[in-house]
Amino acid sequence: MNPDVNPVNPDANPPEHLAEHRSASGGAAGFRRRVRSLVRKEFRQLLRDRANLMIGIGLPIVLILIFGYGLSLDVKEAPVAVVLEDASPTAFDVIAGLQLSPYVGPRLVKSMAEAETLMNAREVDGIVQVPADFSRRFAAGDGRIQLLLQGADPTRANIIRGYVSGALALWAQKQADRDPSRNAGGAGTVVVVQRMWFNAANTSTWYLVPGLVVLIMTLVGAFLTALVMAREWERGTLEALFVTPVHPVEVLLSKTIPYFCVGMLGLLLCLLAAKFLFAVPLYGSLIVLTFSCMLYMLVALGIGLVISSTTKNQFVASQVALLASFMPAMMLSGFMFDLRNVPLVVRLIGNALPATYFMELIKTLFLAGDNWPLIFKDCAILAGYAAVLLGLAHAVTRKKLD
Amino acid sequence: MTEVRAAIAAAGIRKSFQVKETGQTVHALDDVSLEVPVGTLTALVGPDGAGKTTFLRLVTGLMTAQEGSLTVLGIDVAKDPQAVQDRISYMPQRFGLYEDLSVQENLDLYADLHGVTAEQRKQRYGRLLEMTDLARFTDRLAGKLSGGMKQKLGLACTLVRSPALLLLDEPTAGVDPLSRRELWDIVNQLIKEENISVLVSTAYLDEADLCARVFVLDQGKLLAQGSPADIAANARGLCFVATPPPGEPPRLLQARLLGETDAVTDAVPHGGEVRVVRKNDIDPARLDALLHEVPTRPVEAGIEDGFMVLLRAKKEVHLSETEASAPERKDGEAGETMIEVHDLVRKFGDFTAVDRTSFSVHRGEIFGLLGPNGAGKTTTFRMLCGLLPASGGTLKVAGVNLRNARAQARRRIGYVSQKFALYGNLSVMENLEFFGGAYGLRGTQLRERIGMMLRQFELEGQEKTRSGQLPGGYKQRLAMAVGLLHGPEILFLDEPTSGTDPLARREFWRRITALAEAGTTVVITTHFMEEAEYCDRIVIQDAGKLLAIGTPAEVRKQAGETDGHRLNMEQAFIGIVEQARGKPEAKT
Amino acid sequence: MSDFREMLFRLLVLIRKELLAVLKDPGSRSILITPALMQGLLFGYAATYDLTNVPYALLDQSHGANSIALIAKLDGTGVFHRVATLETQRDIAEVVDQGKALVVIQIASDFERELSAGRDGNIQVILDGRNSTTAGSASAYLSSVVAEFNAQLRGAAKPPLTVEMRAWYNPNLETRWNFMPGMIASLSMMQVLMLTALSVAREREQGTFDQLLVTPMSPAEIMVGKAVPSIIIGLFQSTLVLCLSLFWFRIPMAGSLITLYSGLLIFTIASVGIGLSISAVSANMQQAMLYSFVLIMPLMLLSGLTTPVRNMPQALQIATMINPLRFAIDLVQRVYLEGVGLFTVWHNFIPLVLISAVTLPLAAWLFRNRLS
Repeated sequence: MNPDVNPVNPDANPPEHLAEHRSASGGAAGFRRRVRSLVRKEFRQLLRDRANLMIGIGLPIVLILIFGYGLSLDVKEAPVAVVLEDASPTAFDVIAGLQLSPYVGPRLVKSMAEAETLMNAREVDGIVQVPADFSRRFAAGDGRIQLLLQGADPTRANIIRGYVSGALALWAQKQADRDPSRNAGGAGTVVVVQRMWFNAANTSTWYLVPGLVVLIMTLVGAFLTALVMAREWERGTLEALFVTPVHPVEVLLSKTIPYFCVGMLGLLLCLLAAKFLFAVPLYGSLIVLTFSCMLYMLVALGIGLVISSTTKNQFVASQVALLASFMPAMMLSGFMFDLRNVPLVVRLIGNALPATYFMELIKTLFLAGDNWPLIFKDCAILAGYAAVLLGLAHAVTRKKLD
Repeated sequence: MTEVRAAIAAAGIRKSFQVKETGQTVHALDDVSLEVPVGTLTALVGPDGAGKTTFLRLVTGLMTAQEGSLTVLGIDVAKDPQAVQDRISYMPQRFGLYEDLSVQENLDLYADLHGVTAEQRKQRYGRLLEMTDLARFTDRLAGKLSGGMKQKLGLACTLVRSPALLLLDEPTAGVDPLSRRELWDIVNQLIKEENISVLVSTAYLDEADLCARVFVLDQGKLLAQGSPADIAANARGLCFVATPPPGEPPRLLQARLLGETDAVTDAVPHGGEVRVVRKNDIDPARLDALLHEVPTRPVEAGIEDGFMVLLRAKKEVHLSETEASAPERKDGEAGETMIEVHDLVRKFGDFTAVDRTSFSVHRGEIFGLLGPNGAGKTTTFRMLCGLLPASGGTLKVAGVNLRNARAQARRRIGYVSQKFALYGNLSVMENLEFFGGAYGLRGTQLRERIGMMLRQFELEGQEKTRSGQLPGGYKQRLAMAVGLLHGPEILFLDEPTSGTDPLARREFWRRITALAEAGTTVVITTHFMEEAEYCDRIVIQDAGKLLAIGTPAEVRKQAGETDGHRLNMEQAFIGIVEQARGKPEAKT
Repeated sequence: MSDFREMLFRLLVLIRKELLAVLKDPGSRSILITPALMQGLLFGYAATYDLTNVPYALLDQSHGANSIALIAKLDGTGVFHRVATLETQRDIAEVVDQGKALVVIQIASDFERELSAGRDGNIQVILDGRNSTTAGSASAYLSSVVAEFNAQLRGAAKPPLTVEMRAWYNPNLETRWNFMPGMIASLSMMQVLMLTALSVAREREQGTFDQLLVTPMSPAEIMVGKAVPSIIIGLFQSTLVLCLSLFWFRIPMAGSLITLYSGLLIFTIASVGIGLSISAVSANMQQAMLYSFVLIMPLMLLSGLTTPVRNMPQALQIATMINPLRFAIDLVQRVYLEGVGLFTVWHNFIPLVLISAVTLPLAAWLFRNRLS
């Protein structure tokens, strides 16, 4: 193809078999030529396999759309039934406080029975009941309001609880301030002024989309790569390939490079989607982000190659890749659930996963900016994982059948 | 390199494997010492499980022997496998072509790996593509090539440069005679022009006959070595040809003779006659009694005769059949038409795989479908079994079209597919129980039938073995046992003997002959033309068209056989196909 | 009649074989028990939005009695843990950036003075929004602590207004109570889909499918024979997760097992139908595997397991109508936690039955028409 790939110097005249040996296997030129050829082969196979493309490119796009538009943990206008058994102005006043909240959508109903029916039908997530004696007891300093929550969805219930009790407490405070008799000590009020850093819009999209980068890289790196080596073992193509001047390291490299590129393509898609579709800011530098993604890509590829070379069977490889890399990256890396709240053992498992560090890094880069100590720490950890895993992949890929 | 005397020198090689399930140790190679001379074509022959593939893998450095020394091209393989791999070319049994790459891309890949320069490529590709006749298909994906073409491409990939040593592992298994001949032409041409050493393992002894040197392996041990003539010499003076009475298929005489294991080493139908190898120490009177005045004439021993003598001498193969294991008789009128095919057509898109084919098969007949790879045999076969709808024409098997027949009709046929198609994870017994149940057998009836099959196919003692772990010959017998379990009237066999050694093939045909005798109709496809001799009638197909139909003798006649110019089946086959393709008679 | 008995017998033989094949194949066997238990356990622990540990940093520039009392109250919750005490405003950025503290509480130097003057004493709260859910919960929690403190400040034994919270079906509002029942359906679907998708593809690849088709069994029988073992395996896996949630996580079950299992049965049939359809369109095992994986991801994400369906945009909510998992999760959660009967959840059966009614015949048709 390319005349410069021939490393043999026709003028040199060493013993015949030595010359042949060198031309076939030795030298950097031979290495480059073989890797280039194998990479070209790998790209062609990748592009011709519809199922592969579906996972490498189709699935990331679907995930981006689902994560960006479909998934949201934010509660907005949660319907709450309000049962006013007390018709006094005070009672109305209490409820008025709820109406202002963007998170709760109160809906006045006539009776408790009606409210319970609505809750059973899942039409409301909670019931605020103002009992008949509310205003009388409130005047006596012991006002009680019932809040019934649909516990089957505890996340939502918790958020509603927070907002309802917050809104009611605020109202009570204001009442108290208006009525000096209540404030015997003449004390002031502690007011919480809160600021949300790194997520001014306070939407889960802002952390779901960066987290998606982790998922997609894991998908391409670990899952797809776990299949490619196993496929060659299964189809018997390695037997012929091994009896050529090719070195195991060249085979591994040729599997790494194309999937590395696919992973980077996934990153590009995520970045474009983050910027143009979801308006998620990127406070950190693009260069650091790209660099850390490259590092993690190597880690994921290492996992995939190790799984692939040890199982030598596509089905088992896919199961192991799913169980050991993808599901944990989704569930245990702090993507969906905050690791701070889980039991110690699970947290330790989470902390052993490279995805956890990458997740921390990528969220920080997107939402917080270039935080150098954290970047150095996480990059060092990822580089360590990459080195160990790729070394392991190299160690288990031998040109042997027994 | 000039100082290296032997391309391969092995001394005291031992290699054993642990079987995971049973913990047993299998000795694949047991104290094997041999030398493959430089610049020759050498064959490695032996029955299934002889250790041929293991030996080749040791030579490539893909496996390491537990004991012994192995030097390839003067290099100690165990110490420096890479140095060996840089200089040899190897075509494994399942040649790993990348099916999603085109012919050209496969060639380029291997050329790049071997560091073939651009100018070298120009010459080399031209020649390889011309030799393999693949020049028209360079853009086609390897996965879309026919079996024979894949095999040729595989060979071409190993020959992108001139290797010091070429290793071929059963390169012609499952390949039709035409492609087989073409493959050998390529190899021979290369040896002549480039003086490379070639070691080829094969189950075909006629191929070993073309080699300068032959090693016979059996159960991991080296049984014999020498030139083909040396191997043939083992049967010198023991071979003769018996001519069966006119009108009687030679397979009947052959079966009778083969049954007499104390007197006869081997018997095969050959060109309408029976070729017999007798035991060395046999009383001539005993032989005469066996032959009942059938005319005989002595012939020169061939390599296959010598091979059979070697193998039979080592272990007494019991072919004797007891009364209990003989297949039960099928009732029914002899000569009744069992299969009728009229103007059968099958199209895949605008490609016609089977083109207006008509034939009929009678009860108790052995009917052979022959043809090169991609001729439409398998398509015809699958339509007969109801696995594929026909695009046109009529088709009746046991009176119905199986494609839309009710369960009852399908019970009348048995099917043995090309590759081992039973559940490898299930034991022998579980497979038999399942398929028995699927055919509606149960209770004592099922147990009796299974017992009968186990005896008939000599599978007793293997009931609990996972069928995927069985040695090749056993697998094939199990597949037969499953196909015959429900006592079908018609048995369909798709290339049942592809890749099996001569010994296993004899056994196989003995059973088929006995089945046909008992009234079972047998439809079979095969690549071994010699096996056509066992058939009552054969059909030769090429490019979807039916080229010849009739008894083996009629077909030979059609190919131009005269009393003075005898043809064997393979020559007849090649003749007929090439006549039809309008090609020159033969290229040498 | 005897035809029918013959058919039943053939089906039994086929089902036995399929089960044997799964149990004897190391690959298939490996996905039967361990993954379900492991994931059920790990994710049961991991899946929590409950606030148990909020690390915070304190920048107290006031050092007055009130600020100390407030912080003491905060520390008394057991949820807030102080990880750093800061000296200057400049330190804030570091603890938040490093992710050491989720919350930084800054009490200004005039806090004490303002309070005693009867005015508002501000405390600044900075939240790490990289995980907005946790931050939101922490903020709500903090507000309630402050509200209590305010009441104390006024000398009242308790605040003038108490909100008495009662949560139905899940008194402590634990995420796990909602998540584990969801897993009963979703984990089994994942495996059932893969196993079923591979079952026909494997036979096709190994050539055994032809051997099967030449027997007296009809394609419909073969399909039923393939479906039943998968259903058994699916229900077995659901049972594993159910046991885990009942006996390990001790989440009480309110509903009846019969209702639960009848729902799971219909759901598993629907999943098997999808798996068989994948199987019928894939040429080999690799394709079957990748296709089912590509399908599993959106099915899981759009099922309401991790995020509520109601939070999705309208278009996607409509799209989830063809997702059997969505209905199964709703059904299982309601039966398990709320103890509702068949009459309340019957509407979930309709889509499941419809999905089965489409996919199973489709798969049977594809079996027969993809033979070439």
